[in-house]
Amino acid sequence: MTGIEISSDAPLWQWGPVILNRTILFTWLVMVVLTGLSWLVTRRLTTGTQIPRGQNVMEVLVTGLRDQIREVGDQEPQRYLPFVGTLFLFLAFSNLLSVVPGFSPPTGSLSTTAALATCAFVAVPMFGIARRGPLSYLKQYLQPSVFMLPFNIVGELSRTLALAVRLYGNMMSGTVIAAILLSFVPLLVPVLMQAFGLLTGMIQAYIFSVLTMVYIASATQVQQRQQEREQPSSAEPSVNTVQKSAFRAASKET
Amino acid sequence: MDTETIIAVASIVTAGLTISIGSIAPALGEGRALSQALTAIAQQPDEASTITRTLFVGLAMVESTAIYCFVVSMILLFANPYVN
Repeated sequence: MTGIEISSDAPLWQWGPVILNRTILFTWLVMVVLTGLSWLVTRRLTTGTQIPRGQNVMEVLVTGLRDQIREVGDQEPQRYLPFVGTLFLFLAFSNLLSVVPGFSPPTGSLSTTAALATCAFVAVPMFGIARRGPLSYLKQYLQPSVFMLPFNIVGELSRTLALAVRLYGNMMSGTVIAAILLSFVPLLVPVLMQAFGLLTGMIQAYIFSVLTMVYIASATQVQQRQQEREQPSSAEPSVNTVQKSAFRAASKET
Repeated sequence: MDTETIIAVASIVTAGLTISIGSIAPALGEGRALSQALTAIAQQPDEASTITRTLFVGLAMVESTAIYCFVVSMILLFANPYVN
């Protein structure tokens, strides 16, 4: 309407039924950059004491992701690292690259975020079933009583929607606010908002992956908590465990 | 007034109301959560990393209600389905 567009899905180039828009273009760009960088670095890995700079960065990233997954999920991270780590790296890269002029982050389009949220929506039951078996997993939907079944199903759907819209809204709002500010304070103020957008983008990437991990953890871990409840240990549970389980219960409601 | 104008007026007024009312509750909630987290960090500085992580995720969840309102008002303003 006024040059402010809230979606980057407008076609950029069209050839018959093939439509290329900025979202697709920049998604592939981010994927190429990530894959290329990883390929370049992992081509020559060493175990010596003198490690190349790139390998150092990669190791910091991977160990950081593993630690976070271990803390949030309270489980061995190896199983979840590929999925959650990929989500985080892709989101973090596409959000950070939004400072590059001309780059519109693919996460600013509802299509991308809905696709990623669908991945999480599919992955959570898959991890749950792989870990606990189909019957035990499906029984979780009848957990407090049979009457909670519809609420559990609606909760599952609505948190997927919330994942998608949260990320989209945050990234889109950054772009829109920058565009609105440009029209009346074009000097310096948009730069501040861009810097703030970097922080928001990073936090949103972190939150998206942590929430996915929390959902996976709650799908894979309920049985363990039941066992704890059935045989109450004499020792008091540590503060950390209590906090985590309370947090997990709270996050399930959303 | 023709229908177009009425729709435009209603959309603009509703967009303003949506974002203003919709940001009150999340703002109050986020302030409460932040103050509680600061108290918790002051009492238990060792648990600061856990508290901060939980706070961020919780804040994002609280904030998502405000983001929904923002998205709805943006749709009303810039991508209104009733204006052709």
